Amino acid sequence: MNVPDDLLYAETHEWIKRERENVRVGITDHAQSELTDVVYVELPKKDRQANAKEAIAVVESVKAASDIYAPVKGTVVEANKALESNPALLNTDPFGEGWIFVLKIDNADDLKQLKDAAAYRKQIG
Amino acid sequence: MIPFGGWLMPVQYNSIVEEHRVVRNNVGMFDISHMGQLIVDGRSAREWLNKMLTNNIDKPDVGSGQYTFLLNEHAGIIDDLIGYRIGEEKFLLVVNASRTDEDFAWLDRHRSHDVDLRNRSAEFGGVAIQGPRVVDLFHRLLGDDVDLPARNQIVDFKLERMSLTIARTGYTGEDGVEVFFSASDAPKFWNLVLEKGERFGIKPCGLGARDTLRLEMCYPLNGSDLSPERNPIEAGLGSFVDLTKPDFIGREVLLRTKKDGPREKLVPFRMKDKGPPPRPHYLVFDNGERVGEVTSGTLSPSLNWGVGMAYVSTPHAKIGSKIDIEIRGQKFPATIEKKPLYKKS
Repeated sequence: MNVPDDLLYAETHEWIKRERENVRVGITDHAQSELTDVVYVELPKKDRQANAKEAIAVVESVKAASDIYAPVKGTVVEANKALESNPALLNTDPFGEGWIFVLKIDNADDLKQLKDAAAYRKQIG
Repeated sequence: MIPFGGWLMPVQYNSIVEEHRVVRNNVGMFDISHMGQLIVDGRSAREWLNKMLTNNIDKPDVGSGQYTFLLNEHAGIIDDLIGYRIGEEKFLLVVNASRTDEDFAWLDRHRSHDVDLRNRSAEFGGVAIQGPRVVDLFHRLLGDDVDLPARNQIVDFKLERMSLTIARTGYTGEDGVEVFFSASDAPKFWNLVLEKGERFGIKPCGLGARDTLRLEMCYPLNGSDLSPERNPIEAGLGSFVDLTKPDFIGREVLLRTKKDGPREKLVPFRMKDKGPPPRPHYLVFDNGERVGEVTSGTLSPSLNWGVGMAYVSTPHAKIGSKIDIEIRGQKFPATIEKKPLYKKS
């Protein structure tokens, strides 16, 4: 299972990429392989404010609907509209074209709560 | 893996969509060892079973089966099952895993003194082999000169010292069989079918594909679409109830339901637009009025479209009616459709 070293991770299987005052968020390779066949993504609205661990997006596979959580407190600045017409990007390129949203973070210190690649690898065994 | 009727079952081996397509296009194999097998035997087995089950068990000849219901006194569905007549007065009931013990207890409580009832579920393993290449596969398995039983028929075969009971039936809408064998032969038979089926593109398939395949055909799932609170007429399955039989459990209630019309009906529907797939327990609306609840829903892999079944109050349950499905607080339009939702082109 691919777990890139340069990303942070949430226990709920989101990856987090630091981009200055923002973070880009998606679901991990492990998460997409558990879900398989993603058929619909409900994106968060721009300017939506979210607390850490608040559900702000939904990823639906044939199997089930799964909530996606804001990894830290912040404001949505962008959502990946490409997923509306091509939700399978989550399966084919989870760390690239399959990103879900970009969050402007309130406090960079909050990122310290997240896991590094080694800790996430340990979590998924 | 998820718990299912007391068993640990795979939702998917690889991908629900891939497994679904294998069954529609080639052939797939499902482990159905969880399903229960009850044997009813004895001088008045036929007469007694006709009082326990809704369909007319006098109709199938020895070696054939029929889909039927086991009802409680309120005509609520305890189980849906296939009853095979395997002797003049001997029957094999293939029942849902989660209901096996309840079915047995219910039947045993109502048992006639000259009927023997045995729960042989633990002795049998089983697989469903489904898809258009199933006949080719069985010719390769059993020999070119061996004919599979006809639709709804059941026949015993021997293969490499294994005793196989093969029934031409299934839960997918494709040609197929369900095969039962001694539980100890299960790994051997499974591996043999995978090996012989390789050239036909066979794949093992999980509960996920079993659900999407049956839902496209509008076959009901017990526990979702059927329950002790629902009767077969509400579920749109009155053709498996013989009301001309003089006496069976639930008959009085069903006569009344038939006369007055059911309050709600189980109907298939299709979403109007691309969007989130419907799921069980989503509410159904008609012009803002709540008229029902979804019992099964998914994205149909064959249609690549959201489909489902819902109990809808009868005045709103007409084919072609427009309804709305509420998904996370937002209403999405859908249309009530005819069965089945998917037809082979």
